[in-house]
Amino acid sequence: MPLDEATVKKIAFLARIKVPEDELDHLAAELSQIIGWVEQLAEVDTGAITPMTVVADMTWPKRDDTVTDGGYAGKVLANAPEVKGSFYTVPKVVE
Amino acid sequence: MDKLIDLDIARARDGLAAGEYSSETLTRAHIEAVEAARNLNAYITETPEIALAGARESDVRRAKGEALGAMDGIPIAVKDLFCTEGVPTTAGSHILDGFVPGYESTVTKNLKAAGAVMLGKTNMDEFAMGSACVTGHFGAAKNPYQGPDGKDLVPGGSSGGSASAVAARTCLGAIGTDTGGSIRQPASFCGIVGLKPTYGRCSRWGIVAFASSLDQAGPMTRTVRDAAIMLTAMAGFDPKDSTSAPVKAVDFEAALNRDIKGLRIGIPKEYRIKGMPEEIDKLWKKGASLLRDAGAETVEVSLAHTKYALPAYYIVAPAEASSNLARYDGVRYGLRVPGQSLDEMYENTRGRGFGKEVRRRVLIGTYVLSAGYYDAYYLKAQKVRALIAEDFREVFETVDLLLTPTAPSAAFPIGEKMDDPLAMYLNDVFTVPASLAGLPAVSVPAGEDNFGLPLGLQFIGKPFDEKTVLRAADVFQAASGFGSS
Amino acid sequence: MGYLIEGESGDWEVVVGLEVHAQIISEAKLFSGAATGFGAEPNSQVSFVDAAMPGMLPVINEHCVAQAVRTGLGLQAKINLLSVFERKNYFYADLPQGYQISQFKHPLVGEGTITLDLPDDATRKVGIERLHMEQDAGKSLHDQDAVRSFIDLNRSGVPLMEIVSKPDLRGPEDAGAYLRKLRSILRCLGTCDGNMEEGSLRCDCNVSVRKVGEADYRTRAEIKNLNSVRFVMQAIEFEAVRQVEVYENGGKVNQETRLFDSAKGMTRAMRSKEFAHDYRYFPDPDLLPLEISQEFVDGIKASLPELPEQKKERFLADHSLSAYDAGVLVAERETADFFEAVAEGRDAKTAANWVINQLSRELNRSGESIENSPVSSQDLGKLIDLVSNKTISTAAAKTVFAIMYADGGDPAAIVAAKGLTQITDTGEVETAVDNVIAENPDQARDVRDGKDKTIGWFVGQVMKATGGKANPKAVNELLRKKLLG
Repeated sequence: MPLDEATVKKIAFLARIKVPEDELDHLAAELSQIIGWVEQLAEVDTGAITPMTVVADMTWPKRDDTVTDGGYAGKVLANAPEVKGSFYTVPKVVE
Repeated sequence: MDKLIDLDIARARDGLAAGEYSSETLTRAHIEAVEAARNLNAYITETPEIALAGARESDVRRAKGEALGAMDGIPIAVKDLFCTEGVPTTAGSHILDGFVPGYESTVTKNLKAAGAVMLGKTNMDEFAMGSACVTGHFGAAKNPYQGPDGKDLVPGGSSGGSASAVAARTCLGAIGTDTGGSIRQPASFCGIVGLKPTYGRCSRWGIVAFASSLDQAGPMTRTVRDAAIMLTAMAGFDPKDSTSAPVKAVDFEAALNRDIKGLRIGIPKEYRIKGMPEEIDKLWKKGASLLRDAGAETVEVSLAHTKYALPAYYIVAPAEASSNLARYDGVRYGLRVPGQSLDEMYENTRGRGFGKEVRRRVLIGTYVLSAGYYDAYYLKAQKVRALIAEDFREVFETVDLLLTPTAPSAAFPIGEKMDDPLAMYLNDVFTVPASLAGLPAVSVPAGEDNFGLPLGLQFIGKPFDEKTVLRAADVFQAASGFGSS
Repeated sequence: MGYLIEGESGDWEVVVGLEVHAQIISEAKLFSGAATGFGAEPNSQVSFVDAAMPGMLPVINEHCVAQAVRTGLGLQAKINLLSVFERKNYFYADLPQGYQISQFKHPLVGEGTITLDLPDDATRKVGIERLHMEQDAGKSLHDQDAVRSFIDLNRSGVPLMEIVSKPDLRGPEDAGAYLRKLRSILRCLGTCDGNMEEGSLRCDCNVSVRKVGEADYRTRAEIKNLNSVRFVMQAIEFEAVRQVEVYENGGKVNQETRLFDSAKGMTRAMRSKEFAHDYRYFPDPDLLPLEISQEFVDGIKASLPELPEQKKERFLADHSLSAYDAGVLVAERETADFFEAVAEGRDAKTAANWVINQLSRELNRSGESIENSPVSSQDLGKLIDLVSNKTISTAAAKTVFAIMYADGGDPAAIVAAKGLTQITDTGEVETAVDNVIAENPDQARDVRDGKDKTIGWFVGQVMKATGGKANPKAVNELLRKKLLG
């Protein structure tokens, strides 16, 4: 099923990626081609098959409830583009 | 000095142990080689100081009789997808501008603990998305092999920089990651060995995530023996990675006994695809015959759902990627492009920071997970994936290994297939099935095409049976005479 | 009839469902080893995993799973031995990963019940829909700067249980009773401290209205992040009336998220544009499905403390308390424990009386909790003994209690020091009674004429004459005997 520009715009917003207006058309065509191609999976009879969400065949690994991490705000903030004191900062959000 | 860069890991190990040269000398030779090969654009960040410091420490250890093992003092290159503490890590992307990790990935930590010495971070497709190493922010890497008309060729992707670095003899080995073929295909294009271990064999902690259920770190080397040596140092259970397999440490090199008598090797008929170049088919047959000469049995087998592997992959991988890449938002690290509001900042940062291929895949991934489409695409793809894994499971009841081509062509000129994403995706047709099933697979140099460009063959094995995969590949490499042994 | 809103067109019923986010009591976070305590320096309880740095991976805290199972058992709910973590994908500044690890299609806990304690000793069972585990987000501060919001990720990754009720609540009273009961169960189990001021218990409520007799539910509005029981009740009250007015004016109620303005006692729609959220849930590929064994569940069941409901039933049966008294005593485990210590070997009704009235009053006045009561359960018990063995009167006991609360001390010692031992010598009391009657012939005649109230005056006189040491009850009986025959 081909994707139109409006759909691409909606998806791009969900993904928070700005797509310049003049690229929307071409991008929609590319995405439509890819989606059209993957749609051949509909041919496969998957009736009662359980989806393979996990590759590893093992029991779940767990941690003890002890504090073993954190306590290095300096390192955590070191790569931040904008910092005030010990906070990250972003453009103000109004609720 | 030339002699030193013509070594491989196994021979360098012997030479270092025998005191023929020091690690510092060995490393300096490779630092010079890195500099001399800059036109290949195989490295994003060169780290000669770190390499020399590591080499000197190795020599000190060795002098005390405390050498760590086969990898001690060996200069290697690291794909820029591994987070290396204190060293810029880009994942080939503009969006990680300025990012310097405060932590070390488990795999590189393991190699460091084994004494390996890092020459630099290698070029790659952005966020490991690509099969030509042309989508990265730092430009295309080049294959040391050139086209018949002197054209620059792609080294394959996404671990193209690592493949090129090894093939051009700038390092004795390199590490890459493989999600849909990103170690094996560039290995095939550059005429080297590239191994994707079983999913869970190596830890993913500290590797910039592309597709969580597929990503695997692996060695890229000139010989199979070297790959075995590197894997031994890289692998191991990591409690920080919930998908890390709790299997015991293995000495993979010990499995290389050059004996494959009685080994049953399957030739899956569905890998003979329409339009496949004749020379690849011939090479495949020749490969099977070589293995029979060495005492193995070959038999035709069927993996019925093979042709659906590529479309299933191009649903699952982008879906996981769309979520894994949501953290690149300009808030805590990397590029930030300002905006009037939070959402605008996100959109500007990600719009400017991601390249076109990444954007395509993130949008595909977002789409196939979105309301109304999840069942038809993502869920369907995971069901097809289960069928593909089942195909392999069944076949492995009667054979020990599978032999297939690695790629549907030799390296192609840089610039080709750029306007046709689907054409690019078809590069992965032989490598993707083993990725979906989480199986160990290796590409070994097997021959050349009519233009003298490398062609590889792939061995696929049972889960956690790298030993058999490496054993057969080692015999094959020795018999076929490609790459030093 | 229940809580109804009288509209112009008839009576309206209020339908409420509550979603409670309860922070699990644990040392470390759900998927990372950072600490969970409240009030730390910003970003000091953040690991690289919580900051969503590249390559970071989640590993689950087993204790948190046990706490969630324990809570499920406390809610008489079905424990699902297989549950799955899924990613809820959306962008916000306090959500570093760009997704929240939560549970969607397969929660850890299924349907259960809570019994509400309602006025007049009524009770009603309310359904729990499910309980699942998820990560908390960080905190954004929007009021610190004119153009920037500040982000603190200490809370990012803290373990939460989301407890969803069925839409069985019918008004503010129900909601209040539900929250108080839920809080009491969580605190009794030790799985959440229920502190709404500090945010370890947060409540979103879904409110809709419908005409009495309507079978279907109408559109509901969600009111988010209410952090006190009082605010929840006020918000529901306001919102229900608002919706009735909308309908009665011919309008439509929008399905939207609203905030409660506690200063004005009103709800209002959120200012930001409300996009239909498409969370694109899919199973988290970094985690395995959570499979717990029946043994694991049984082990937790065996270690459950007595729940408020069970305790209440036991108090009713063993101690013949009223349902109201029993309900008050079991609301907090510490209160119930204190009461039981006092009631040991004594009259339960008396003990309950002292705890619920005298002690609670003083504790409220001084803002103390019962764990820090200045009067210990032993001392209160001793005081009660002094009354029951007639050493002092009840009135005197209240005086002694006030002294014990303010200054501490042993009750017997205080009685001796203040000379409060009541006169038990009936002869002495009788003499005092005779004297008072003799000295007040007019009042004596009033009593004989039927003015019953004057007996009280006589009691007061006798108490004065005996310096307050007579037993008022005994004096009253004596007076009646002597005056009325």
